[in-house]
Amino acid sequence: MMMQAYLIQSINLFASALLLLSFAMLSQRRILTLIHLFTLQGAALVAATVVVAYVTDQHHLYYSAAITLVTKVFVIPLLLHRLIDRLNIKWDVETLINIPTTMLIGILLVVFAFNLALPIVKLSSSIAHSTLGIALACVLLSFMMMITRAKAVPQVIGFLSMENGLFFAATAATYGMPMVVEFGIAFDVLVGVFILGVFMFQIREQFDSLDIRHLEKLKDD
Amino acid sequence: MSWSGLFSQLLEIAVALLLAPLLTGWVNQCRAWLQNKSAPSLMLQYRMLRKLFHKESVVAEHASPLFRAAPYIVFGCMALASGIIPTLSTDLPLSPAADAIALVGLFAFARVFISLAAMDIGTAFGTMGARREMLIGFLAEPALLMVLFSASLITQSTSLTGIVETLAHGKFTIYPSMAFAGVAFTLVSLAENARVPVDNPSTHLELTMIHEALILEYSGRHLALIEWAGSLKMFAYSCIGLALFFPWGMAEVDAPGATILALPVLVFKLAIGGALLALIETVSAKMRIFRVPEFLATAFMLAVIGMLVHFLPGA
Amino acid sequence: MSTDLIHLDWILLLIAAWLGIGAFGILALRRFRFVAHVLFPLGGLVCLGVFFVALQAIFAAPETAVLPLGLPGLPFHLRLDALAAFFIAVISGASAGVSIFAAGYFRKGEGTPPGLLCLQYHIFLASMVLVVLADDAYAFMVMWETMALSSFFLVTSNHRIAAIRSAGYLYLLVAHVGAIGILLCFGVLQANTGDYTFANMRGQHLSPFWASAAFLLALFGFGAKAGIVPLHIWLPEAHPAAPSPVSALMSGVMLKTAIYGLLRVSFDLLQVQLWWWGVVLLALGLVTALFGVVFSAVQTDMKRLLAYSSIENIGLLCVGMGLGVLFRAYHMDALAALALTACLYHVASHAFFKSLLFLGTGSVLHATGERNLGRLGGLMRYMPWVAWVTLVGVLASSGLPPFGGFISEWLLLQSFLFTPGLPDPFLNMLIPIVAAVVALVAALAGFAMVKFFGVIFLGQPREDKLAQAHDAAWWERAGMLWLVAGCVVLGLFPVHIIEYIGRVTQILIGQNLADTVRTHGWFLLAPMSVARASYAPLVFLVVGAASFYLAVIMVRLLYRGQSRRAPPWDCGYPAGNARMQDTAEGFGQPIRRMFEPFFRMEIKHPSPFDEKPSYRISLDDHFWHWIYLPIARATEAVSKQVGRLQQGRIAVYLLYSFVTLIAMLVLVRL
Repeated sequence: MMMQAYLIQSINLFASALLLLSFAMLSQRRILTLIHLFTLQGAALVAATVVVAYVTDQHHLYYSAAITLVTKVFVIPLLLHRLIDRLNIKWDVETLINIPTTMLIGILLVVFAFNLALPIVKLSSSIAHSTLGIALACVLLSFMMMITRAKAVPQVIGFLSMENGLFFAATAATYGMPMVVEFGIAFDVLVGVFILGVFMFQIREQFDSLDIRHLEKLKDD
Repeated sequence: MSWSGLFSQLLEIAVALLLAPLLTGWVNQCRAWLQNKSAPSLMLQYRMLRKLFHKESVVAEHASPLFRAAPYIVFGCMALASGIIPTLSTDLPLSPAADAIALVGLFAFARVFISLAAMDIGTAFGTMGARREMLIGFLAEPALLMVLFSASLITQSTSLTGIVETLAHGKFTIYPSMAFAGVAFTLVSLAENARVPVDNPSTHLELTMIHEALILEYSGRHLALIEWAGSLKMFAYSCIGLALFFPWGMAEVDAPGATILALPVLVFKLAIGGALLALIETVSAKMRIFRVPEFLATAFMLAVIGMLVHFLPGA
Repeated sequence: MSTDLIHLDWILLLIAAWLGIGAFGILALRRFRFVAHVLFPLGGLVCLGVFFVALQAIFAAPETAVLPLGLPGLPFHLRLDALAAFFIAVISGASAGVSIFAAGYFRKGEGTPPGLLCLQYHIFLASMVLVVLADDAYAFMVMWETMALSSFFLVTSNHRIAAIRSAGYLYLLVAHVGAIGILLCFGVLQANTGDYTFANMRGQHLSPFWASAAFLLALFGFGAKAGIVPLHIWLPEAHPAAPSPVSALMSGVMLKTAIYGLLRVSFDLLQVQLWWWGVVLLALGLVTALFGVVFSAVQTDMKRLLAYSSIENIGLLCVGMGLGVLFRAYHMDALAALALTACLYHVASHAFFKSLLFLGTGSVLHATGERNLGRLGGLMRYMPWVAWVTLVGVLASSGLPPFGGFISEWLLLQSFLFTPGLPDPFLNMLIPIVAAVVALVAALAGFAMVKFFGVIFLGQPREDKLAQAHDAAWWERAGMLWLVAGCVVLGLFPVHIIEYIGRVTQILIGQNLADTVRTHGWFLLAPMSVARASYAPLVFLVVGAASFYLAVIMVRLLYRGQSRRAPPWDCGYPAGNARMQDTAEGFGQPIRRMFEPFFRMEIKHPSPFDEKPSYRISLDDHFWHWIYLPIARATEAVSKQVGRLQQGRIAVYLLYSFVTLIAMLVLVRL
């Protein structure tokens, strides 16, 4: 019973790590560090899922943890590394809003998410239900990261991290989605990264820069 | 007040005064190893203090008494701080007199005086140092307070010994909010102790200095006191970190003999902490001064989120 | 009955003495020495009398009296309860120091003749005390307006300077707009009974809607006086314009009457408190505090810096009050008492340290004739006395132990920590954020105060003439020492002070913190229990001083290194001069950069090829451009339209009157 309690607490801990990493990503300027943080977030997600799977004895969660491990921790970071090598971009100094302000808004989003999750938490009987607020906050924070970045690569990372948040929300509230859906999403994400990578090369060829503000020029044509 | 309490109180201050330069020496040594340099002696800090105490003090012509009093005030504050923070035992007679907020106030008091002393001479570098020190201070201070509050929310107490007793001797629980507090605390203590990403303790380039610029005009015994106080501050911060995040191994109220046993545990924990500090300093690069507010704002916000996570619904 | 009224009688008698002193001032209009060295010290003595009577009165039962003054059928009702007595003690305690200081301050040939100044000054004092004593809306408003008018005349005592005239005008304008709010608030509170005594208002049970209306009107009215953002704009103009003792009174003391009014209305006259009032107060308080401290850190005029710092402190007071309302609304009275105690404690400590700081600037102003921080510096050498005394104020204002400011901040932060347990989780989560902002504000106040003290008193003098600066004279020193004593006592004996404050919270919310505090001994402040939080300032100070002396003795005994004076080293740079020190602008630069959105900034940088480079920066308040200028423009436009009526021909004016008359007659007929 003691062990059980610690495991549940460690789910909370991993969930907090997830949120912490979301914040770290929000405040990070360098793309390389961003990718590292994303990898770590994936790892935290895997760990949380495995613990939930062990505590609740839900075997399919092991599989989804494995999928996450392969896609989020190994394949996608690898792809991203190659991408920035090819594009020769190591850092990204530009954010549209300055970082302390971004974080301030981030805190408000966290408060909002925690309160939003409150009624759902009361309904859910999952052992990880208390982390639903965190999952929601992660989604919102990643969304915000996509909004505040001027360059394409951090936006893609924001998108991927949002998916992490959604995945965790599903795990926390209902012990994950059906296997088919999960496979589908994992596949979608992979394909999405490929497409976005190709897309980025296109942007670069067109504008000689990865600044997505250049896309505004396309409007009149 | 019991005799054993008085004993552990005095022992704690004495240990802090004696061990603090050793900790600084250890960090310098580790850093040198990590950077593939030949390491200075572990005792170098003591020798430097001895040397400085024997040297003549040169005081600027128009320095006011405030300038000469400041080193003693700063030293006194740091010595007091190391007496408040539980390091060996939680049976401290001073503990009810000052809680976590008073501790932060004490650090702020020292900071205000050292900054005023730097402005007293009226040189360009001194005032610049004072401005930067206050800049770091006004962000680091609330961040530290929020870190301590995260612990207070868990333990329902702002008394430092109360916090340690609950965390160390209560039922072991993993607190997610302490994860945030831990990261925030690391950032704050790097900034507060003039360590690498924020300031470089071994810099000789005036324009990048913060802490060194503050104490440019000090020499002889004044400088010795300030250097010692600097070591004490690092010691105190390390002990806050240990008390909040690794409080195990400290003596309880009813165990007077354990105070002595707690000493090797403390030294062991400090040695690991110092090595980690050297590692952080080695792998990170010093940032521009205007990145520092961002760095500290991050620490501040993380500490606040830590408190928010404490209120996590249902947790 | 008459024997019961002993405290109130004494206070009225002393107020009469103030008015008598003022009258003497009129008789001796230009006899400067008499006014300065006899009347003002006498006034100070009377202040002391009021102070001690008020301290006694806090523990006495409420006393009432009816003064046969005013309009027929509308006598002045007065009431002295613990709340009033506490505020009278704060007002008179701080004023005592200011009056004694003023004895040495006012100089010949500056604007208003000394005798008149003396009259205005003492009427101002009397009206502040009477505002607090008033027990009906009529007396309250009369005294409130007297207070505003007398302080207006004091502000404009140097009325030959245009800037001071316009500052005074702005002050009067805002004060009157605020007064309308208060008047309407009383109108709501009497609930159509036509009886404007506070006793009647206490008996009315208003519906939540009308109670909220009354609260918001009071917040507007008293907020205008207190300087709550966005009604703060008059404060940084009027406070610096006044002579320093008057600035000290206005900033340190008069603002507190507004806090008193707000407390009186929201806790005493209104019988219900709604939780969202607390949220409004908290939000406004935080904005005000942050705004005030950020602006105070970038000021270049020493008195404006202090004025903005007053705005910050008012913000903190509102935060404390807001927390009190919040707890009260959820029936957590012990916590409400803690929050209110923090608020009231800060009222007292702010009164003392802010008066002290303003008096310090007064001495500097007299010695140098300079308010601009860019032309001061190094005064500690020439005015050591003022410098050390001001340092106490600076430390207290930065919220550092062991002074009064720290205790109030300590109590405030404690009340945040005990918050978990509010029934609304949303509020629970906002509280850490509020606590974080309060901590940030306190730390920023330290920044502003280091700048204030460092730039004025430390470093090298930035102008040659500063070498002629002289230290304060005896009267000034005595006045400041009294205030220093106040700061120190407030910092070292919190348990005793809370005994007094406990009586106030007792009548406001029926909870007395003193009962729990007292049980832990007189030197240990523990608002809940020792296990939760405790602070013993005296022990703290003694051990701190001991470790200081230990360091001194250790160094003296063990090492005999010589000490020598030499030119400053400055990294070996030989050509350094006083102009190379950080100026006030330079010191505030990090704040300007970090809090850029707060300001409306115009910077003019010199080009690299400038022969005579100049750098100019102006910082403006957004609220001027967002609120006040549009209002001013609208007013102007409307008056232009009205101006069309003006023709200059008598016949046309007669026509207007005629038309009006006809219209009236038609109306009557209808």
